[in-house]
Amino acid sequence: MTVTKGSVSRLGADLGLTDADLTEMYRLTALARAVDERMWILNRAGRIPFVISGQGHEGAQVGIAWAFEKGHDWIAPFYRSIATCLTFGMSARDIMTAQYATANDPSSGGRQMPGHYGSHEHNLVSVSSPVATQLLHAVGIALAAKIRKTGQVAMTSMGEGSSNQGDVHEGLNFAAIHKLPFVFVVENNGYAISVPLAKQVSVANVADRAAGYGMPGVVVDGTDVLACYAAAREAVARARSGGGPSMIEAKVTRLTAHSSDDQQTKYRSAEELDAEKTHDALPRFREQLRDAGVLTDEVEAQLEAAIKAAVDDATEYAEAQADPDPSTATRYVYHDEPGGAA
Amino acid sequence: MPAKTFIDSIRETLADEMRRDDSVIVLGEDVGKKGGVFLATDGLWAEFGDDRVIDTPLTESMIVGASIGAAVNGLRPIAEIQFADFIFPAFNQIVSEAARMRYRSNNGYAVPMTIRAPYGGGVHGALYHSQSVEAFFTHVPGLKVVVPSTPYDARGLLRSSIRDDDPVLFFEHKKMYRSVRGEVPDTDYTVPLGKAQITHPGSQVTVVAYGLMAHYALEAADRVAEDGISVEVVDLRTLRPLDRETLLDSVRKTGKCIVVYEDNKFGGYGAEVAAIVAEEAFDYLDGPVTRIAGPEVPGVPYNHVLEDWFMVNPEKIAEGIRTLAAY
Repeated sequence: MTVTKGSVSRLGADLGLTDADLTEMYRLTALARAVDERMWILNRAGRIPFVISGQGHEGAQVGIAWAFEKGHDWIAPFYRSIATCLTFGMSARDIMTAQYATANDPSSGGRQMPGHYGSHEHNLVSVSSPVATQLLHAVGIALAAKIRKTGQVAMTSMGEGSSNQGDVHEGLNFAAIHKLPFVFVVENNGYAISVPLAKQVSVANVADRAAGYGMPGVVVDGTDVLACYAAAREAVARARSGGGPSMIEAKVTRLTAHSSDDQQTKYRSAEELDAEKTHDALPRFREQLRDAGVLTDEVEAQLEAAIKAAVDDATEYAEAQADPDPSTATRYVYHDEPGGAA
Repeated sequence: MPAKTFIDSIRETLADEMRRDDSVIVLGEDVGKKGGVFLATDGLWAEFGDDRVIDTPLTESMIVGASIGAAVNGLRPIAEIQFADFIFPAFNQIVSEAARMRYRSNNGYAVPMTIRAPYGGGVHGALYHSQSVEAFFTHVPGLKVVVPSTPYDARGLLRSSIRDDDPVLFFEHKKMYRSVRGEVPDTDYTVPLGKAQITHPGSQVTVVAYGLMAHYALEAADRVAEDGISVEVVDLRTLRPLDRETLLDSVRKTGKCIVVYEDNKFGGYGAEVAAIVAEEAFDYLDGPVTRIAGPEVPGVPYNHVLEDWFMVNPEKIAEGIRTLAAY
């Protein structure tokens, strides 16, 4: 990359971001999109059975995750968190081996559906399918961080649909009572599979509920990567300094169907879907960086080539990996009982 | 060696483990200053403070879910569910999350957590302070389920549970808290999980039980001894993993098996024990594997006449033994 290390454009100056930071944030956003698009191609080509997508969420995820300290802080992600996981240290190969459910898929060794990422190495908690359960795990991680005085901050993210679950209420209340170092991120894409926001939430913003828990709640444009970063940076600073939890609601879009098994044209109009495409962090961030002189033609060409190479490499790599051996399927039920028998 | 009550044994073990290991914390409803509604955590808050003895809001799912997270980040939480009857809001966290974390992450994550819950009837607790809930959890691979019956075992098994690297449900029969006493050495002994114990050797009928029913089984064994029936009582102590060897060895010796449990009979834990005996010791059986268990009503009724009607007791077990012995 030809970005001079340490150079700071006007764009990043106020946020303490160097041009190298901005370029890397853009790369992660674009990489997440490219990996995701490849997943759909592989699904339609019959190579992988299922896709659940993060398209439309990437900018918010990168902006927010960037505010946390990689390898120190914790994230309990959800099934659309490809960009979050990439930002926190997982690789395109890690994401792609999950799509193929290979034996060496670091998230689950091929045991979980794609989208259920996780990596102890990167402090990313294993994702399950019942939604919002992970909020309590992140709250517990934050509790342990406070008790152990580790200085860590824990974050969890989920959609606005999931935010209605009872676990959210229980966890936010507890986190606020104990001023835990915790950040709750709602990636609001307006739909819980087919159910629109108006039938999920009675108030204008999910973040309006934060006041009821006695914590700050902010709404941020999820297509504005740097606004997301700024909001998260503030929440992380508050959490780390003992100021307690915060809620961030990023208004994002869902550019794809809920999953590869969903047909969203059944419940969303063509006009609405067209309009969604204009609310996308990726082209917006690109324009911003070009205007600021951070992304030049040369840098962009290099990035594009590197991302294409990474996605090709991840695909070829994952294609070549072995399936898990059924003889291993009883392993890791318990720590001390490899057979897994009751 | 001092004789202690069941609950004293539990309380002292909690304190011991917290002194031994800074990563052990206790959280639950009223566990702090009050010391728990049964006083199982009495004195812990005074000794270990707010950080390690946490009074939670009335949020069972959070108690368990946050314990999972705390376990992921280096602690060994002991979550108290005030009554086993109130564990169901946490069912999803226990079954979908704690039980599966290790398996679904291919050994990437573990959940070293103990969930303590008082269970059982015979205490005028009615439908919602009397339940035996073990069968819901013994069904689940990834969980361990422990039901001690003596102060000695409570101490040894609780130590093993807290030190175990997997989620353990530790069910304490509340009727036993102050009615059962026993010798408890002051040593750092443990009782391994997954090991049953023959508490009354015999030759003609095996009676399998756990918790309060393990005591009632012993009383029943004494009663039928007067009729000349020799009973072997197997106290399972851990329901999952089940000690098949001790169970099957006993049944192969006696040829007859009765399983006793307080929960209603249909689909209860004893059904699994009966099925295992039928599958693996069929050639040794001289009679049907039978179950003495609760009636098919959705809870223990309050009125003392109705409660007595519900509860398995030593005489009901003795009757079952006499019937099977005569088969």
